[in-house]
Amino acid sequence: MRLRFILGEVVNGLRRNSTMALSVVLVTFVSLMFVGAAALTQMQIDQLKDDWYGKVEISIFLCPESSRNEQCAEGAVTVAQEDAIRAVLEDGALKDLVQEVYYESREQAYDKFVANDEDGIWSSLTADQMQPSFRVKLADPEQYQVVADATEGLPGVDVVRDQREIFSELFRFLNAATVVAAALAAVMLLAAMLLITTTIRLSALSRRRETQIMRMVGSSRSLIQMPFMLEGAVAATGGALLAVAGLFFGVRYMIDDWLRSSVTWVQYIGTQDVWSVAPWLLVIAVGLAAIASVVTLGRYTRA
Amino acid sequence: MIRLDNATKVYKRGARPALDSVSVEIERGDFVFLVGSSGSGKSTFLKLILREERPTGGDVYVAGRHLNKLSAWRVPHLRREIGAVFQDFRLLPNKTVYQNVAFALQVIGKSRHHIQSTVPEMLELVGLSGKEKRFPHELSGGEQQRVAIARAFVNHPPILLCDEPTGNLDPGTSVGIMRLLDRINRTGTTVLMATHDDEIVDQMRKRVIELRGGQLVRDQDRGVYGLERV
Repeated sequence: MRLRFILGEVVNGLRRNSTMALSVVLVTFVSLMFVGAAALTQMQIDQLKDDWYGKVEISIFLCPESSRNEQCAEGAVTVAQEDAIRAVLEDGALKDLVQEVYYESREQAYDKFVANDEDGIWSSLTADQMQPSFRVKLADPEQYQVVADATEGLPGVDVVRDQREIFSELFRFLNAATVVAAALAAVMLLAAMLLITTTIRLSALSRRRETQIMRMVGSSRSLIQMPFMLEGAVAATGGALLAVAGLFFGVRYMIDDWLRSSVTWVQYIGTQDVWSVAPWLLVIAVGLAAIASVVTLGRYTRA
Repeated sequence: MIRLDNATKVYKRGARPALDSVSVEIERGDFVFLVGSSGSGKSTFLKLILREERPTGGDVYVAGRHLNKLSAWRVPHLRREIGAVFQDFRLLPNKTVYQNVAFALQVIGKSRHHIQSTVPEMLELVGLSGKEKRFPHELSGGEQQRVAIARAFVNHPPILLCDEPTGNLDPGTSVGIMRLLDRINRTGTTVLMATHDDEIVDQMRKRVIELRGGQLVRDQDRGVYGLERV
């Protein structure tokens, strides 16, 4: 009886107040789209980090014959210095951080360089002018700084470079995009909450006669308030479902159908990631409606 | 059934009390008129009993409950023991007579079976059999008030509060309403009726409680409206 009554009231309320309900749906839809987009961007960043950082190495360039760097004032790196550096990487305190160490000799560096120099612009260079280097693969790429601090300044080390720097610009861009999306989401969520508050208030006012009689004949506070709460929650959930659908098709058409085939060297997030975001969007929608109800109903359906 | 012990209600600090140290006891099955001019405290008196307001001083007991100590979530249970009827009927215009009365049972969680057996009984009691499907605007004032009484009494509360139930009705119709209230009173229901209607009070010869300026000035068995009539 009660359930039927509540559901009937919810349907009635939504129908009577359909334009407001629709606006709640749309605003929640857009705001949760932004929330979802921000979350998916972060997931994409994590994905890229996992993917790329695994391949990325630290390069410890060793002193060449002639360098302007003070570190290398004594000339090219000696074999003894190379051994000392290798010992620091493989046996010292860094042992647990370092996964693998390759040594790239002048000749290997030269061959690689020539292979990449298709136009022959640098053909005047000789192998002697190249720098030997250690290529270090880290067990945990985030620990770059520790390894860099420990090796920089060792005799025979010219300069230490982290190849992650190449990606940092991209990540900075993606992070900035996340911040923008999150900021828009915050503003939109606030708008959504205010709108839900207004909707509930209007609904409560338009049914003041009913609630007054309900209070008078002694129906419980929860039964009086439940229909209004559910109205807000139903509208917000509708918005959340639309947002999930929007994200799903966005990922499907933007990433699956387009980017994945045109920019192939990147690991992309997929629609399965949308499903992992979806429950959170629903939780946010319902939470939003709940907060709005609590703020509003205390005043409009007083016992 | 209803007891006020030095009940005082001050709405605004420093203002004159709306109800000033009123003590009165109404027994089960009593029929009591509450009279007094506008602003005498009648409405506040009823609000204290319905616990729409709390007393600022003194104690209020209704149906065995000490209302000063009644927590908010128990208020609905108190209200189920009190039927309330108002001058303006307060019917739902988009519901039929039957639905209006059934609504009161629905919203306190009664079963459909219970509602289907109780509502026609109640409509018969108030003399509206055959008009179940009418809407309030299709009824006369007296008939609308009968619907309101049916709704107030359908759950058989031990107390019926009536706030100017005949205020919008002509004298002939009022008599019918009073007969109905009297009949309900005879079932053992305590009836407390706030009114301005001196003719009715004089005719019925019931207990009369008179308030003036928030103070109890008269509590008389088989009383009349008052000597200095407005």
